[in-house]
Amino acid sequence: MIRFNQVYKRYPGGYEALKNVSFEIAAGEMVFLTGHSGAGKSTLLNLIAAIERPNSGSVVVNGQNIAKLRSGALPYLRRNLGLIFQDHKLLFDRSVFDNVVLPLQICGFDHRESAKRVRAALDKVGLLQREKTNPIALSGGEQQRVCIARAIVNRPSILLADEPTGNLDADYANDIMGIFKSFHQVGVTLLIASHDEGILQKFGGRLLVLKHGELQS
Amino acid sequence: MKIWLIQHVRVLLFTLRRLFATPLSSLLNILVIGIALSLPMGLYVLLQNVQGLAEQVAGTPQISVFLSLDSDKEDVTRIGKQLKQHEAVGRVEFVPRDRALEQLKQTTGLADVIGGLTQNPLPDAYVVHPNKAGAQALEALRDELQKWPELEHVQLDSAWAHKLEALLKFGRMAVLILAVLLSFALAAVTFNTIRLQILTQRDEIEVSKLIGATNAFIRRPFLYFGLLQGLLGGAAAWAIITVSLHLLNGSLASLAQLYASSFMLHPPSASDSLTLLLFSAYLGWLGAWLSVAQHLWQIEPR
Ligand SMILES: Nc1ncnc2c1ncn2[C@@H]1O[C@H](COP(=O)(O)OP(=O)(O)OP(=O)(O)O)[C@@H](O)[C@H]1O
Ligand SMILES: [Mg+2]
Repeated sequence: MIRFNQVYKRYPGGYEALKNVSFEIAAGEMVFLTGHSGAGKSTLLNLIAAIERPNSGSVVVNGQNIAKLRSGALPYLRRNLGLIFQDHKLLFDRSVFDNVVLPLQICGFDHRESAKRVRAALDKVGLLQREKTNPIALSGGEQQRVCIARAIVNRPSILLADEPTGNLDADYANDIMGIFKSFHQVGVTLLIASHDEGILQKFGGRLLVLKHGELQS
Repeated sequence: MKIWLIQHVRVLLFTLRRLFATPLSSLLNILVIGIALSLPMGLYVLLQNVQGLAEQVAGTPQISVFLSLDSDKEDVTRIGKQLKQHEAVGRVEFVPRDRALEQLKQTTGLADVIGGLTQNPLPDAYVVHPNKAGAQALEALRDELQKWPELEHVQLDSAWAHKLEALLKFGRMAVLILAVLLSFALAAVTFNTIRLQILTQRDEIEVSKLIGATNAFIRRPFLYFGLLQGLLGGAAAWAIITVSLHLLNGSLASLAQLYASSFMLHPPSASDSLTLLLFSAYLGWLGAWLSVAQHLWQIEPR
Protein backbone atom coordinates (compact mmCIF):
# COMPACT_ATOMS: atom_id res chain seq x y z
CA MET A 1 0.00 0.00 0.00
CA ILE A 2 2.76 2.40 0.97
CA ARG A 3 6.41 1.78 0.03
CA PHE A 4 9.44 4.00 0.64
CA ASN A 5 12.63 3.14 -1.16
CA GLN A 6 15.84 4.95 -0.16
CA VAL A 7 14.05 8.24 0.30
CA TYR A 8 15.99 11.42 1.01
CA LYS A 9 14.34 14.72 1.83
CA ARG A 10 16.37 17.88 2.08
CA TYR A 11 14.59 21.14 2.89
CA PRO A 12 15.65 24.36 1.22
CA GLY A 13 18.48 25.61 3.39
CA GLY A 14 20.15 22.23 3.30
CA TYR A 15 18.62 20.48 6.31
CA GLU A 16 18.26 16.75 5.71
CA ALA A 17 14.97 15.78 7.33
CA LEU A 18 14.95 12.20 6.01
CA LYS A 19 17.96 10.07 5.12
CA ASN A 20 17.78 6.79 3.27
CA VAL A 21 14.36 5.79 4.54
CA SER A 22 12.95 2.48 3.27
CA PHE A 23 9.93 0.58 4.55
CA GLU A 24 6.71 -0.96 3.39
CA ILE A 25 3.21 -0.95 4.85
CA ALA A 26 0.73 -3.55 3.64
CA ALA A 27 -2.94 -2.87 3.04
CA GLY A 28 -4.98 -2.97 6.24
CA GLU A 29 -1.96 -2.59 8.53
CA MET A 30 -1.94 -0.21 11.50
CA VAL A 31 1.53 1.23 11.99
CA PHE A 32 2.85 3.72 14.51
CA LEU A 33 5.56 6.18 13.62
CA THR A 34 7.53 7.58 16.51
CA GLY A 35 10.67 9.55 17.27
CA HIS A 36 11.87 12.68 19.00
CA SER A 37 10.60 16.10 18.05
CA GLY A 38 12.17 17.09 14.75
CA ALA A 39 12.94 13.48 13.84
CA GLY A 40 11.05 13.84 10.56
CA LYS A 41 7.66 12.27 11.30
CA SER A 42 5.57 15.03 9.76
CA THR A 43 7.93 15.18 6.82
CA LEU A 44 7.43 11.48 6.17
CA LEU A 45 3.65 11.82 6.25
CA ASN A 46 3.83 14.85 3.96
CA LEU A 47 5.76 12.83 1.42
CA ILE A 48 3.01 10.21 1.30
CA ALA A 49 0.37 12.87 0.64
CA ALA A 50 2.67 14.55 -1.91
CA ILE A 51 2.57 17.76 0.09
CA GLU A 52 6.36 17.58 -0.14
CA ARG A 53 8.39 15.87 -2.82
CA PRO A 54 11.39 13.64 -2.09
CA ASN A 55 14.82 14.71 -3.34
CA SER A 56 15.66 11.16 -4.26
CA GLY A 57 14.27 7.68 -3.85
CA SER A 58 10.71 6.62 -4.56
CA VAL A 59 7.49 6.90 -2.62
CA VAL A 60 4.86 4.53 -3.92
CA VAL A 61 1.27 4.85 -2.74
CA ASN A 62 -1.46 2.62 -4.10
CA GLY A 63 0.95 1.52 -6.81
CA GLN A 64 1.69 5.06 -7.97
CA ASN A 65 5.10 6.65 -7.67
CA ILE A 66 4.40 10.03 -6.11
CA ALA A 67 7.63 11.56 -7.33
CA LYS A 68 6.69 10.90 -10.93
CA LEU A 69 3.02 11.89 -10.67
CA ARG A 70 2.09 14.98 -12.63
CA SER A 71 0.54 17.70 -10.50
CA GLY A 72 -2.83 17.33 -12.24
CA ALA A 73 -3.15 13.84 -10.81
CA LEU A 74 -2.34 14.77 -7.20
CA PRO A 75 -5.90 15.77 -6.21
CA TYR A 76 -7.21 12.31 -7.12
CA LEU A 77 -4.45 10.65 -5.10
CA ARG A 78 -5.29 12.79 -2.08
CA ARG A 79 -8.97 11.89 -2.24
CA ASN A 80 -8.00 8.33 -1.32
CA LEU A 81 -6.16 9.55 1.75
CA GLY A 82 -7.59 10.75 5.02
CA LEU A 83 -5.26 13.38 6.45
CA ILE A 84 -5.24 14.36 10.10
CA PHE A 85 -2.93 17.33 10.49
CA GLN A 86 -0.77 18.12 13.48
CA ASP A 87 -2.19 21.66 13.45
CA HIS A 88 -5.76 20.52 12.61
CA LYS A 89 -6.12 22.99 9.72
CA LEU A 90 -9.77 23.67 10.50
CA LEU A 91 -11.52 26.66 8.96
CA PHE A 92 -12.84 29.07 11.55
CA ASP A 93 -15.15 30.96 9.20
CA ARG A 94 -17.72 28.16 9.13
CA SER A 95 -19.47 25.59 11.30
CA VAL A 96 -18.22 22.14 12.25
CA PHE A 97 -20.63 20.67 9.71
CA ASP A 98 -19.27 22.85 6.91
CA ASN A 99 -15.70 21.91 7.81
CA VAL A 100 -16.45 18.22 7.63
CA VAL A 101 -18.48 18.46 4.41
CA LEU A 102 -15.61 20.10 2.50
CA PRO A 103 -14.04 16.88 1.11
CA LEU A 104 -17.46 15.77 -0.13
CA GLN A 105 -18.08 19.10 -1.86
CA ILE A 106 -14.75 18.75 -3.55
CA CYS A 107 -15.73 15.31 -4.86
CA GLY A 108 -19.12 16.61 -5.92
CA PHE A 109 -21.52 14.69 -3.69
CA ASP A 110 -25.09 15.93 -3.67
CA HIS A 111 -26.53 17.62 -0.61
CA ARG A 112 -28.53 14.78 0.84
CA GLU A 113 -25.83 12.16 0.56
CA SER A 114 -23.20 14.54 2.00
CA ALA A 115 -25.36 15.48 4.96
CA LYS A 116 -25.87 11.81 5.74
CA ARG A 117 -22.17 11.07 5.58
CA VAL A 118 -21.17 14.12 7.60
CA ARG A 119 -23.57 13.20 10.38
CA ALA A 120 -22.30 9.61 10.38
CA ALA A 121 -18.70 10.86 10.68
CA LEU A 122 -19.57 13.33 13.44
CA ASP A 123 -21.47 10.62 15.25
CA LYS A 124 -18.43 8.38 15.14
CA VAL A 125 -16.25 11.00 16.85
CA GLY A 126 -19.03 11.92 19.28
CA LEU A 127 -19.68 15.45 18.04
CA LEU A 128 -23.10 15.08 16.46
CA GLN A 129 -24.56 17.64 18.85
CA ARG A 130 -21.99 20.27 17.91
CA GLU A 131 -22.41 20.36 14.12
CA LYS A 132 -23.57 23.99 14.10
CA THR A 133 -20.81 25.23 16.40
CA ASN A 134 -17.86 27.16 15.06
CA PRO A 135 -14.77 25.03 15.71
CA ILE A 136 -13.08 27.96 17.42
CA ALA A 137 -15.50 27.43 20.29
CA LEU A 138 -14.38 23.82 20.73
CA SER A 139 -11.70 22.43 23.01
CA GLY A 140 -8.42 21.18 21.58
CA GLY A 141 -9.54 17.56 21.81
CA GLU A 142 -12.85 18.35 20.14
CA GLN A 143 -11.09 20.19 17.34
CA GLN A 144 -8.86 17.16 16.92
CA ARG A 145 -11.97 15.01 16.55
CA VAL A 146 -13.51 17.38 13.97
CA CYS A 147 -10.29 16.96 12.03
CA ILE A 148 -10.68 13.17 12.25
CA ALA A 149 -14.29 13.39 11.10
CA ARG A 150 -13.20 15.41 8.08
CA ALA A 151 -10.49 12.87 7.30
CA ILE A 152 -12.86 9.88 7.37
CA VAL A 153 -15.99 11.40 5.83
CA ASN A 154 -14.85 10.43 2.34
CA ARG A 155 -14.15 6.82 3.49
CA PRO A 156 -10.48 6.80 2.50
CA SER A 157 -8.53 3.59 2.24
CA ILE A 158 -5.48 5.10 3.92
CA LEU A 159 -5.52 7.26 7.02
CA LEU A 160 -2.48 9.36 7.93
CA ALA A 161 -2.63 10.86 11.41
CA ASP A 162 -0.04 13.34 12.65
CA GLU A 163 0.02 13.51 16.46
CA PRO A 164 -3.71 12.83 16.77
CA THR A 165 -3.41 12.69 20.54
CA GLY A 166 -0.93 15.51 21.04
CA ASN A 167 -1.76 17.68 24.05
CA LEU A 168 -4.74 15.55 24.99
CA ASP A 169 -5.36 13.92 28.36
CA ALA A 170 -5.42 10.14 28.61
CA ASP A 171 -9.20 9.82 28.36
CA TYR A 172 -9.46 11.79 25.12
CA ALA A 173 -6.43 9.99 23.75
CA ASN A 174 -8.02 6.63 24.50
CA ASP A 175 -11.26 7.68 22.81
CA ILE A 176 -9.39 8.67 19.68
CA MET A 177 -7.33 5.52 19.64
CA GLY A 178 -10.55 3.58 19.99
CA ILE A 179 -11.85 5.28 16.87
CA PHE A 180 -8.69 4.34 14.97
CA LYS A 181 -8.99 0.78 16.14
CA SER A 182 -12.46 0.59 14.66
CA PHE A 183 -11.15 1.81 11.31
CA HIS A 184 -8.41 -0.77 11.48
CA GLN A 185 -11.06 -3.42 11.97
CA VAL A 186 -12.86 -2.44 8.77
CA GLY A 187 -9.66 -2.69 6.75
CA VAL A 188 -8.37 0.87 6.57
CA THR A 189 -4.59 1.22 6.39
CA LEU A 190 -3.39 3.49 9.21
CA LEU A 191 -0.14 5.31 9.78
CA ILE A 192 -0.13 7.21 13.06
CA ALA A 193 2.72 9.51 14.03
CA SER A 194 2.96 9.97 17.78
CA HIS A 195 5.49 10.30 20.57
CA ASP A 196 2.97 9.39 23.24
CA GLU A 197 4.70 6.45 24.99
CA GLY A 198 1.58 5.44 26.88
CA ILE A 199 -0.45 5.05 23.72
CA LEU A 200 2.27 3.10 21.98
CA GLN A 201 2.59 0.65 24.83
CA LYS A 202 -1.15 0.20 25.16
CA PHE A 203 -2.00 -0.31 21.52
CA GLY A 204 1.35 -1.71 20.49
CA GLY A 205 1.36 -2.62 16.85
CA ARG A 206 4.13 -2.37 14.39
CA LEU A 207 6.46 0.49 15.23
CA LEU A 208 8.62 2.64 12.97
CA VAL A 209 11.17 4.70 14.88
CA LEU A 210 12.80 7.75 13.35
CA LYS A 211 15.95 9.29 14.75
CA HIS A 212 17.41 12.40 13.14
CA GLY A 213 15.75 11.44 9.90
CA GLU A 214 16.95 7.84 9.88
CA LEU A 215 14.81 4.79 10.40
CA GLN A 216 15.97 2.64 13.36
CA SER A 217 15.56 -1.07 13.08
CA MET B 1 -22.11 14.76 -15.80
CA LYS B 2 -24.66 15.15 -13.03
CA ILE B 3 -21.90 15.83 -10.51
CA TRP B 4 -20.51 18.42 -12.86
CA LEU B 5 -23.86 20.15 -13.16
CA ILE B 6 -24.49 20.10 -9.42
CA GLN B 7 -21.11 21.66 -8.79
CA HIS B 8 -21.70 24.43 -11.29
CA VAL B 9 -25.16 25.31 -10.04
CA ARG B 10 -23.84 25.31 -6.49
CA VAL B 11 -20.99 27.63 -7.45
CA LEU B 12 -23.33 29.97 -9.32
CA LEU B 13 -25.61 30.32 -6.29
CA PHE B 14 -22.58 30.77 -4.07
CA THR B 15 -21.27 33.49 -6.36
CA LEU B 16 -24.55 35.37 -6.39
CA ARG B 17 -24.62 35.23 -2.61
CA ARG B 18 -21.08 36.54 -2.45
CA LEU B 19 -21.92 39.37 -4.85
CA PHE B 20 -24.86 40.40 -2.70
CA ALA B 21 -22.93 39.94 0.54
CA THR B 22 -20.96 43.12 -0.18
CA PRO B 23 -23.54 45.13 -2.13
CA LEU B 24 -21.73 48.46 -1.99
CA SER B 25 -18.37 47.33 -3.27
CA SER B 26 -20.01 45.08 -5.87
CA LEU B 27 -22.07 48.02 -7.06
CA LEU B 28 -19.04 50.29 -7.23
CA ASN B 29 -17.07 47.73 -9.20
CA ILE B 30 -19.91 47.21 -11.64
CA LEU B 31 -20.24 50.98 -12.04
CA VAL B 32 -16.54 51.43 -12.69
CA ILE B 33 -16.65 48.74 -15.34
CA GLY B 34 -19.86 50.17 -16.79
CA ILE B 35 -18.54 53.72 -17.06
CA ALA B 36 -15.21 52.65 -18.49
CA LEU B 37 -16.91 50.51 -21.12
CA SER B 38 -19.55 53.09 -21.97
CA LEU B 39 -16.86 55.49 -23.21
CA PRO B 40 -15.61 53.52 -26.23
CA MET B 41 -18.99 51.91 -26.77
CA GLY B 42 -20.77 55.26 -26.67
CA LEU B 43 -18.29 56.76 -29.12
CA TYR B 44 -18.79 53.77 -31.36
CA VAL B 45 -22.55 54.23 -31.29
CA LEU B 46 -22.16 57.93 -32.15
CA LEU B 47 -19.90 57.05 -35.05
CA GLN B 48 -22.44 54.54 -36.31
CA ASN B 49 -25.04 57.30 -36.22
CA VAL B 50 -22.83 59.80 -38.03
CA GLN B 51 -22.16 57.20 -40.68
CA GLY B 52 -25.86 56.55 -41.08
CA LEU B 53 -26.51 60.26 -41.40
CA ALA B 54 -23.72 60.70 -43.91
CA GLU B 55 -25.12 57.94 -46.08
CA GLN B 56 -28.48 59.63 -45.92
CA VAL B 57 -27.12 63.05 -46.92
CA ALA B 58 -24.66 61.82 -49.49
CA GLY B 59 -27.16 59.31 -50.79
CA THR B 60 -27.62 61.25 -54.10
CA PRO B 61 -24.19 62.33 -55.24
CA GLN B 62 -23.92 64.23 -58.49
CA ILE B 63 -21.79 64.14 -61.58
CA SER B 64 -20.72 67.43 -63.15
CA VAL B 65 -20.12 67.38 -66.90
CA PHE B 66 -18.35 70.29 -68.54
CA LEU B 67 -18.72 70.99 -72.23
CA SER B 68 -15.83 72.16 -74.32
CA LEU B 69 -15.47 75.93 -74.59
CA ASP B 70 -16.15 76.00 -78.29
CA SER B 71 -19.49 74.21 -78.21
CA ASP B 72 -22.39 76.33 -79.40
CA LYS B 73 -26.04 76.66 -78.34
CA GLU B 74 -27.16 73.72 -80.46
CA ASP B 75 -24.55 71.40 -79.04
CA VAL B 76 -25.62 72.42 -75.57
CA THR B 77 -29.30 71.62 -76.04
CA ARG B 78 -28.52 68.39 -77.91
CA ILE B 79 -26.33 67.14 -75.12
CA GLY B 80 -28.91 68.18 -72.57
CA LYS B 81 -31.46 66.01 -74.36
CA GLN B 82 -29.08 63.08 -74.66
CA LEU B 83 -28.33 63.26 -70.98
CA LYS B 84 -32.00 63.37 -70.05
CA GLN B 85 -32.72 60.33 -72.19
CA HIS B 86 -29.94 58.27 -70.68
CA GLU B 87 -31.46 55.50 -68.59
CA ALA B 88 -29.11 55.91 -65.63
CA VAL B 89 -29.82 59.61 -65.30
CA GLY B 90 -32.56 60.92 -63.09
CA ARG B 91 -32.53 64.70 -63.19
CA VAL B 92 -30.38 67.10 -65.14
CA GLU B 93 -29.60 70.68 -64.23
CA PHE B 94 -28.12 73.15 -66.66
CA VAL B 95 -25.51 75.63 -65.40
CA PRO B 96 -24.86 78.27 -68.09
CA ARG B 97 -21.30 79.64 -68.22
CA ASP B 98 -22.42 83.17 -67.32
CA ARG B 99 -24.14 82.05 -64.18
CA ALA B 100 -21.15 79.94 -63.20
CA LEU B 101 -18.92 82.99 -63.51
CA GLU B 102 -21.36 85.06 -61.47
CA GLN B 103 -21.35 82.42 -58.71
CA LEU B 104 -17.60 82.27 -58.73
CA LYS B 105 -17.42 86.05 -58.25
CA GLN B 106 -19.77 85.93 -55.30
CA THR B 107 -18.46 82.90 -53.48
CA THR B 108 -14.74 83.23 -53.86
CA GLY B 109 -14.22 86.96 -53.42
CA LEU B 110 -12.15 87.01 -56.57
CA ALA B 111 -14.44 89.68 -58.05
CA ASP B 112 -11.54 91.98 -58.97
CA VAL B 113 -9.56 89.30 -60.69
CA ILE B 114 -12.58 87.98 -62.55
CA GLY B 115 -13.72 91.49 -63.45
CA GLY B 116 -10.41 92.03 -65.22
CA LEU B 117 -10.99 89.10 -67.55
CA THR B 118 -11.88 90.02 -71.08
CA GLN B 119 -13.48 86.68 -71.70
CA ASN B 120 -15.41 84.11 -69.62
CA PRO B 121 -13.02 81.15 -69.08
CA LEU B 122 -15.76 78.85 -67.81
CA PRO B 123 -17.61 76.36 -70.00
CA ASP B 124 -21.27 75.51 -69.92
CA ALA B 125 -22.03 72.62 -67.62
CA TYR B 126 -24.69 70.15 -66.62
CA VAL B 127 -25.15 68.73 -63.15
CA VAL B 128 -26.37 65.18 -63.54
CA HIS B 129 -28.27 63.46 -60.73
CA PRO B 130 -28.13 59.74 -61.33
CA ASN B 131 -31.21 57.75 -60.39
CA LYS B 132 -29.12 55.06 -58.73
CA ALA B 133 -26.73 55.66 -55.86
CA GLY B 134 -23.82 53.36 -55.07
CA ALA B 135 -20.22 53.95 -55.93
CA GLN B 136 -20.06 51.35 -58.71
CA ALA B 137 -23.09 52.60 -60.66
CA LEU B 138 -21.79 56.14 -60.33
CA GLU B 139 -18.36 55.35 -61.57
CA ALA B 140 -19.75 53.34 -64.45
CA LEU B 141 -21.86 56.30 -65.52
CA ARG B 142 -18.91 58.66 -65.21
CA ASP B 143 -16.72 56.39 -67.31
CA GLU B 144 -19.37 56.23 -70.00
CA LEU B 145 -19.91 59.99 -70.10
CA GLN B 146 -16.18 60.52 -70.34
CA LYS B 147 -16.28 58.84 -73.72
CA TRP B 148 -18.69 61.39 -75.16
CA PRO B 149 -16.58 63.55 -77.50
CA GLU B 150 -18.48 66.77 -76.77
CA LEU B 151 -17.72 66.60 -73.10
CA GLU B 152 -14.48 68.17 -72.06
CA HIS B 153 -14.47 66.96 -68.47
CA VAL B 154 -16.61 64.71 -66.28
CA GLN B 155 -16.31 64.94 -62.54
CA LEU B 156 -17.84 62.67 -59.91
CA ASP B 157 -18.36 64.65 -56.72
CA SER B 158 -17.39 61.93 -54.31
CA ALA B 159 -14.52 63.78 -52.68
CA TRP B 160 -16.80 64.79 -49.85
CA ALA B 161 -17.77 61.20 -49.20
CA HIS B 162 -14.11 60.20 -49.26
CA LYS B 163 -13.25 62.85 -46.71
CA LEU B 164 -16.04 61.72 -44.45
CA GLU B 165 -14.95 58.12 -44.84
CA ALA B 166 -11.42 59.09 -43.81
CA LEU B 167 -12.77 60.96 -40.81
CA LEU B 168 -14.88 58.00 -39.75
CA LYS B 169 -11.86 55.75 -40.12
CA PHE B 170 -9.95 58.04 -37.81
CA GLY B 171 -12.83 57.94 -35.34
CA ARG B 172 -12.97 54.18 -35.42
CA MET B 173 -9.25 53.97 -34.77
CA ALA B 174 -9.65 56.24 -31.76
CA VAL B 175 -12.46 54.03 -30.45
CA LEU B 176 -10.32 50.95 -30.92
CA ILE B 177 -7.37 52.40 -29.02
CA LEU B 178 -9.63 53.57 -26.23
CA ALA B 179 -11.31 50.16 -26.09
CA VAL B 180 -8.01 48.30 -25.88
CA LEU B 181 -6.66 50.55 -23.13
CA LEU B 182 -9.83 50.37 -21.08
CA SER B 183 -10.00 46.59 -21.54
CA PHE B 184 -6.69 46.29 -19.76
CA ALA B 185 -8.00 48.54 -17.02
CA LEU B 186 -11.11 46.39 -16.64
CA ALA B 187 -9.22 43.13 -16.50
CA ALA B 188 -7.05 44.81 -13.86
CA VAL B 189 -10.08 45.85 -11.81
CA THR B 190 -11.31 42.25 -11.70
CA PHE B 191 -7.81 40.95 -11.10
CA ASN B 192 -7.54 43.08 -8.01
CA THR B 193 -11.00 42.30 -6.68
CA ILE B 194 -10.31 38.60 -6.98
CA ARG B 195 -6.87 39.00 -5.43
CA LEU B 196 -8.45 40.52 -2.34
CA GLN B 197 -11.00 37.71 -2.20
CA ILE B 198 -8.24 35.15 -2.44
CA LEU B 199 -6.38 36.80 0.41
CA THR B 200 -9.37 36.37 2.68
CA GLN B 201 -9.70 32.75 1.59
CA ARG B 202 -6.08 31.61 1.70
CA ASP B 203 -6.80 29.02 4.38
CA GLU B 204 -9.77 27.58 2.58
CA ILE B 205 -7.76 27.28 -0.62
CA GLU B 206 -4.83 25.67 1.17
CA VAL B 207 -6.97 23.14 3.04
CA SER B 208 -9.04 22.37 -0.06
CA LYS B 209 -5.92 21.58 -2.02
CA LEU B 210 -4.60 19.38 0.78
CA ILE B 211 -7.74 17.27 0.80
CA GLY B 212 -7.93 16.78 -2.95
CA ALA B 213 -9.40 19.82 -4.67
CA THR B 214 -8.34 20.26 -8.27
CA ASN B 215 -7.18 23.65 -9.48
CA ALA B 216 -10.33 23.85 -11.57
CA PHE B 217 -12.43 23.43 -8.44
CA ILE B 218 -10.54 26.22 -6.69
CA ARG B 219 -10.74 28.50 -9.69
CA ARG B 220 -14.40 27.98 -10.40
CA PRO B 221 -16.06 30.30 -7.87
CA PHE B 222 -13.61 33.09 -8.70
CA LEU B 223 -14.13 32.69 -12.44
CA TYR B 224 -17.88 32.81 -11.96
CA PHE B 225 -17.50 35.92 -9.89
CA GLY B 226 -15.36 37.65 -12.50
CA LEU B 227 -17.69 36.58 -15.29
CA LEU B 228 -20.78 37.75 -13.47
CA GLN B 229 -19.24 41.04 -12.43
CA GLY B 230 -18.08 41.66 -16.00
CA LEU B 231 -21.50 40.81 -17.38
CA LEU B 232 -23.23 43.18 -14.98
CA GLY B 233 -20.64 45.85 -15.80
CA GLY B 234 -21.43 45.40 -19.50
CA ALA B 235 -25.13 45.70 -18.73
CA ALA B 236 -24.39 48.89 -16.79
CA ALA B 237 -22.49 50.29 -19.79
CA TRP B 238 -25.42 49.42 -22.03
CA ALA B 239 -27.84 51.15 -19.68
CA ILE B 240 -25.61 54.24 -19.47
CA ILE B 241 -25.47 54.48 -23.26
CA THR B 242 -29.17 53.91 -23.77
CA VAL B 243 -30.18 56.48 -21.16
CA SER B 244 -27.66 59.01 -22.53
CA LEU B 245 -28.95 58.57 -26.07
CA HIS B 246 -32.47 59.04 -24.82
CA LEU B 247 -31.51 62.30 -23.13
CA LEU B 248 -29.58 63.48 -26.19
CA ASN B 249 -32.52 62.66 -28.42
CA GLY B 250 -34.72 64.82 -26.21
CA SER B 251 -32.58 67.86 -26.89
CA LEU B 252 -31.95 66.85 -30.49
CA ALA B 253 -35.67 66.85 -31.17
CA SER B 254 -36.00 70.57 -30.49
CA LEU B 255 -32.82 71.27 -32.45
CA ALA B 256 -34.02 69.21 -35.38
CA GLN B 257 -37.30 71.04 -35.39
CA LEU B 258 -35.46 74.32 -35.94
CA TYR B 259 -33.71 72.84 -38.94
CA ALA B 260 -36.84 71.06 -40.10
CA SER B 261 -35.10 67.74 -40.08
CA SER B 262 -35.88 64.61 -38.14
CA PHE B 263 -32.50 63.34 -37.12
CA MET B 264 -32.51 60.89 -34.22
CA LEU B 265 -29.68 58.96 -32.56
CA HIS B 266 -30.27 55.24 -32.79
CA PRO B 267 -29.43 52.95 -29.85
CA PRO B 268 -26.79 50.23 -30.34
CA SER B 269 -27.97 47.34 -32.46
CA ALA B 270 -28.87 44.02 -30.87
CA SER B 271 -25.71 42.35 -32.11
CA ASP B 272 -23.51 45.24 -30.92
CA SER B 273 -25.20 45.08 -27.53
CA LEU B 274 -24.64 41.35 -27.32
CA THR B 275 -21.00 41.78 -28.28
CA LEU B 276 -20.59 44.37 -25.55
CA LEU B 277 -22.02 42.03 -22.92
CA LEU B 278 -19.99 39.03 -24.04
CA PHE B 279 -16.80 41.02 -24.27
CA SER B 280 -17.12 42.53 -20.82
CA ALA B 281 -18.04 39.15 -19.32
CA TYR B 282 -14.95 37.71 -20.99
CA LEU B 283 -12.76 40.49 -19.57
CA GLY B 284 -14.06 39.74 -16.08
CA TRP B 285 -13.38 36.06 -16.55
CA LEU B 286 -9.90 36.77 -17.83
CA GLY B 287 -9.01 39.06 -14.93
CA ALA B 288 -10.21 36.44 -12.47
CA TRP B 289 -8.37 33.64 -14.22
CA LEU B 290 -5.08 35.52 -14.17
CA SER B 291 -5.53 36.37 -10.52
CA VAL B 292 -6.21 32.79 -9.42
CA ALA B 293 -3.53 31.37 -11.68
CA GLN B 294 -0.99 33.65 -10.09
CA HIS B 295 -2.01 32.59 -6.59
CA LEU B 296 -2.08 28.88 -7.40
CA TRP B 297 1.34 29.22 -8.92
CA GLN B 298 2.64 30.89 -5.77
CA ILE B 299 1.42 28.14 -3.43
CA GLU B 300 2.48 25.26 -5.66
CA PRO B 301 4.99 23.05 -3.75
CA ARG B 302 8.42 22.98 -5.35
N1 LIG C 1 9.19 23.49 5.55
C1 LIG C 1 10.36 23.26 6.17
N2 LIG C 1 11.46 23.96 5.81
C2 LIG C 1 12.64 23.74 6.40
N3 LIG C 1 12.85 22.83 7.33
C3 LIG C 1 11.79 22.09 7.75
C4 LIG C 1 10.51 22.28 7.19
N4 LIG C 1 9.65 21.42 7.77
C5 LIG C 1 10.38 20.73 8.67
N5 LIG C 1 11.66 21.12 8.67
C6 LIG C 1 12.73 20.57 9.48
O1 LIG C 1 12.78 19.19 9.28
C7 LIG C 1 12.96 18.52 10.50
C8 LIG C 1 11.89 17.46 10.67
O2 LIG C 1 10.65 18.14 10.82
P1 LIG C 1 9.30 17.38 11.10
O3 LIG C 1 8.23 18.38 11.15
O4 LIG C 1 9.17 16.29 10.13
O5 LIG C 1 9.56 16.78 12.54
P2 LIG C 1 8.56 15.95 13.45
O6 LIG C 1 9.16 14.64 13.67
O7 LIG C 1 7.21 15.99 12.89
O8 LIG C 1 8.61 16.80 14.78
P3 LIG C 1 7.42 17.09 15.81
O9 LIG C 1 7.31 15.87 16.66
O10 LIG C 1 7.93 18.24 16.60
O11 LIG C 1 6.23 17.40 15.03
C9 LIG C 1 12.95 19.55 11.59
O12 LIG C 1 14.28 19.77 12.02
C10 LIG C 1 12.43 20.79 10.92
O13 LIG C 1 13.12 21.92 11.39
MG1 LIG D 1 5.44 16.87 13.35
